[in-house]
Amino acid sequence: MMDGYEAVIGLEIHAELKTRSKMFCSCDASFGGEPNTKTCPVCLGLPGVLPVLNRRAVELAVRLALALNCRIAERCIFHRKNYFYPDMPKNYQISQYDLPLGLGGHLDLETEEGPFRVGITRVHLEEDTGKTVHMSESGRIHGSEYSLEDFNRAGVPLLEIVTEPDIRTPEQARLFMQELKSIMEHLEVSDCKMEEGSLRCDANVSLRPRGSSGMGVKTEIKNMNSFRALYRALDYEISRQREILENGGEVVQETRHWDADANVTTPLRTKEYAYDYRYFPEPDLVPLELDREFIEEVRSSLPELPAERRRRFREEYGLPAHDAALLSSSKAMGDYFESAVAAGAPPKAASNWMLGEISAYLNARGLEIGDLKVTPDRLAELIDLVEKGTVSVTMAKSVLEEMLESGRRPREVVEERGMAQISDRAELERLVEEVLEENPKVVEDYRKGKEKALGFLVGQVMRRTKGRANPQMVSEILAHRLGEGN
Amino acid sequence: MEELYQAKAWELMEMLRRREVSAVEILHSVRGRVEAVEERVRSYITLTLGEAERAAREADEALAEGRDPGPAAGIPMAVKDVLCTKGVPTTCGSRILENYIPVYDATVVSRLRREGMTMVGKANMDEFAMGSSTENSAFGPTRNPWDLERVPGGSSGGSAAAVAAGEAIWALGSDTGGSIRQPASFCGLVGLKPTYGLVSRYGLVAFASSLDQVGPITRDVRDCALLLSLIAGHDLRDSTSLEVELPSYVEGLEGGIEGMKVGVPRELMQEGLTPGVRECVERCLSLFRELGAEVEETTLPHLDYALSAYYLIAPAEASSNLARYDGVRYGLRVEGEDMLEMYGKTRAAGFGAEVKRRIMLGTYALSAGYYEAYYGQAQKVRTLILGDFRRAFERYDVLVSPTSPTPAFRLGEKVEDPLAMYLSDVCTIPVNLAGIPAISIPCGLEDGLPVGLQIMGKVLDEATLLRVARAMEEAIGFRERPPAGRGVG
Repeated sequence: MMDGYEAVIGLEIHAELKTRSKMFCSCDASFGGEPNTKTCPVCLGLPGVLPVLNRRAVELAVRLALALNCRIAERCIFHRKNYFYPDMPKNYQISQYDLPLGLGGHLDLETEEGPFRVGITRVHLEEDTGKTVHMSESGRIHGSEYSLEDFNRAGVPLLEIVTEPDIRTPEQARLFMQELKSIMEHLEVSDCKMEEGSLRCDANVSLRPRGSSGMGVKTEIKNMNSFRALYRALDYEISRQREILENGGEVVQETRHWDADANVTTPLRTKEYAYDYRYFPEPDLVPLELDREFIEEVRSSLPELPAERRRRFREEYGLPAHDAALLSSSKAMGDYFESAVAAGAPPKAASNWMLGEISAYLNARGLEIGDLKVTPDRLAELIDLVEKGTVSVTMAKSVLEEMLESGRRPREVVEERGMAQISDRAELERLVEEVLEENPKVVEDYRKGKEKALGFLVGQVMRRTKGRANPQMVSEILAHRLGEGN
Repeated sequence: MEELYQAKAWELMEMLRRREVSAVEILHSVRGRVEAVEERVRSYITLTLGEAERAAREADEALAEGRDPGPAAGIPMAVKDVLCTKGVPTTCGSRILENYIPVYDATVVSRLRREGMTMVGKANMDEFAMGSSTENSAFGPTRNPWDLERVPGGSSGGSAAAVAAGEAIWALGSDTGGSIRQPASFCGLVGLKPTYGLVSRYGLVAFASSLDQVGPITRDVRDCALLLSLIAGHDLRDSTSLEVELPSYVEGLEGGIEGMKVGVPRELMQEGLTPGVRECVERCLSLFRELGAEVEETTLPHLDYALSAYYLIAPAEASSNLARYDGVRYGLRVEGEDMLEMYGKTRAAGFGAEVKRRIMLGTYALSAGYYEAYYGQAQKVRTLILGDFRRAFERYDVLVSPTSPTPAFRLGEKVEDPLAMYLSDVCTIPVNLAGIPAISIPCGLEDGLPVGLQIMGKVLDEATLLRVARAMEEAIGFRERPPAGRGVG
């Protein structure tokens, strides 16, 4: 696909931390709310205010940095990043610069082609900005008569995670983001909702001749609001750059905006982004000193991470690698699976249902596992009905459909619909006799060696019972009964 | 008999508690003075006499009921217009905040309110505390009550002039490079810049965050100690505020200085000193010896670079601190074709020349490619200066110098020459860079104008500093008051 070139991709990720209050004041940090209701003099940057660091934000940042195998700086400082933008109340952002909280980590991924490691350059803490609403039809600044500012989000703690340029394909980028999101969910550091902006990702992309270790001219891609957008934007950008290079052109270093509707990246006016941020140490905060004891305390409280969980799912439940990977792709998915197993479901059966019918249902409706009406113990109950032969697999699927809509207990659904399987031998034998009497010609065909005729007869029994007859028993009885005549 | 407006705060506190005078009487005496001289002195940007009247009445009611209304009650105070006061305009001497009314009180203001503060008004100042003469106020200069042709110093010139003219009994100022001590010196008053972190900066509109401190401007050392004890102490809202046990600043005042060691940094007694200033300071050195202290010349070699380092660090921080005044959320807005034009027009119209000069200096010093050579280098110099002071304080209890190389200069004299203006703070700036406390007390006159003696102390050793200042105050016996005629005596 890539011909003579390979892509070099690095990601810069921003995740809002799940703290109750904002990074430097006690305002509510939750998403949404009437504009400018979650604000105070500090996060509005009124004259004279000072920041006070949120301890919980530091704890969550250390958690993630440790999970990404970073070295935690025992002493780090905050810097001011200076630039004018109306959604930034102080016209500087309190961020970290040359002494970030976490440095030099990595994240290991499992791909179809084998294991793959992405280096983590740094993890740092900073504050989020407010939100500008442009009053134009398109919602973009161009052509808007005026703009409004909502500072509810201003000052919400943000984690910035920067990777090494170790990523080579859009697929790897997507995998990395999925794994990172899953880790953050397991750690409970962020809600990771891309659509609410609590997880955001920018990418640096360049191309170089395959086999070369040099670096080409890179572009920075912004506004990728979903994993799919990330994949498609990178795919587009790589093709765009390759075309330029193949035609002897030069890639321009610039920031480009992913337009999901048009499926293209377009350059942002370079003037707007040609900033010199004039970083300098934030004089209103003292250096952040994290003693070893604190770091070790956080380390020992780290929960099981997705990679560990995948391994455990394989070893403890004997699941295939593919199942284990999918089930631990999100914390909620893994938790659901384990609850179903705890409620008595055989692991492989639970996995099949979750990755089959349930995933299909969620995907079709754009829902998350958390939105599911079927509780894990009810899924376990359904599986039990199948295992015990009370319902056939086909029927169970129909029961599940009803459960997905109503969340009802499977036993209830089965009873109400009279769906229980007929496994009563005497009754089945009686039905078989009726069918044999009505189809003498078919019986004859069978006896002449036409094996297919048996299937037809089984089908007749099933039809009479509206599919409730236990098909294995019916074939067995039929075969036995027809064999007698020989 | 002395007028009430001429009394010290501690004298009035005693009289109030002995019921010899009421808070309202004191306020009316000061109000009469405001009516008589404010037009000429222009100490205030905003007068709050109505609020003061209410506070004075409350104080009197409390006293009548046998309750203590708090030490600040009934003592008319001027508050520099750089401290946020809820519901009262806070302009920082700038057009850009001309109509700005804070929604909260600075920590020092709320502490004083709890102690009964009777605020006469918000005092004039150099715009955003940038200046040494109060001529940089967007609302016109304040004049020196000792000589109306001269400046009161700055940037807390309004606070100092109000106290010197009898338009307030005491005042709050802020000091980034000498802005309390130099005007105190020019107006014959006592002014203290506390240890960095002793007094909360929450609600003090930032000029240079790593240098700013709030402090008292008073008529004597005892008032200074009293006011300091009302405003000092840890504040959760200021991360740079120090968590320390506070000593009583008043109790040890009369302890004397026998056996103390006093160092005189050679670097602060060099060129630029007027003969009168030199003479006054030298007389002080003899007085130190007479009081039983040991006086020695010493050297803090890096002080020679203090002014240069300061004029990189302070503007750098200011360029960032003042970025928020953009017309988007509050303060002045001048409309433009688009956002960038609105920013530009607002800031062009809202800021005065000196503020713009410092924003440009600071922006330059922080720019990519220049940071290391300017801001980075200045921070290294700052560390060296801190080291010089640390070593000096291993040998000396206090260091002394003139507060300013000259007495008050004429209005307009240095307006066109920023460098000459900057040199006015050459003796006070090193103290801010080192974060140590220093006090200015009046120590004589030159051609009828007050001269200040600066005493510098160890970090958080305000108690010793005040004790030394009190002993010297007694020995110097400065009793002069602004003269009638060229002043407002």
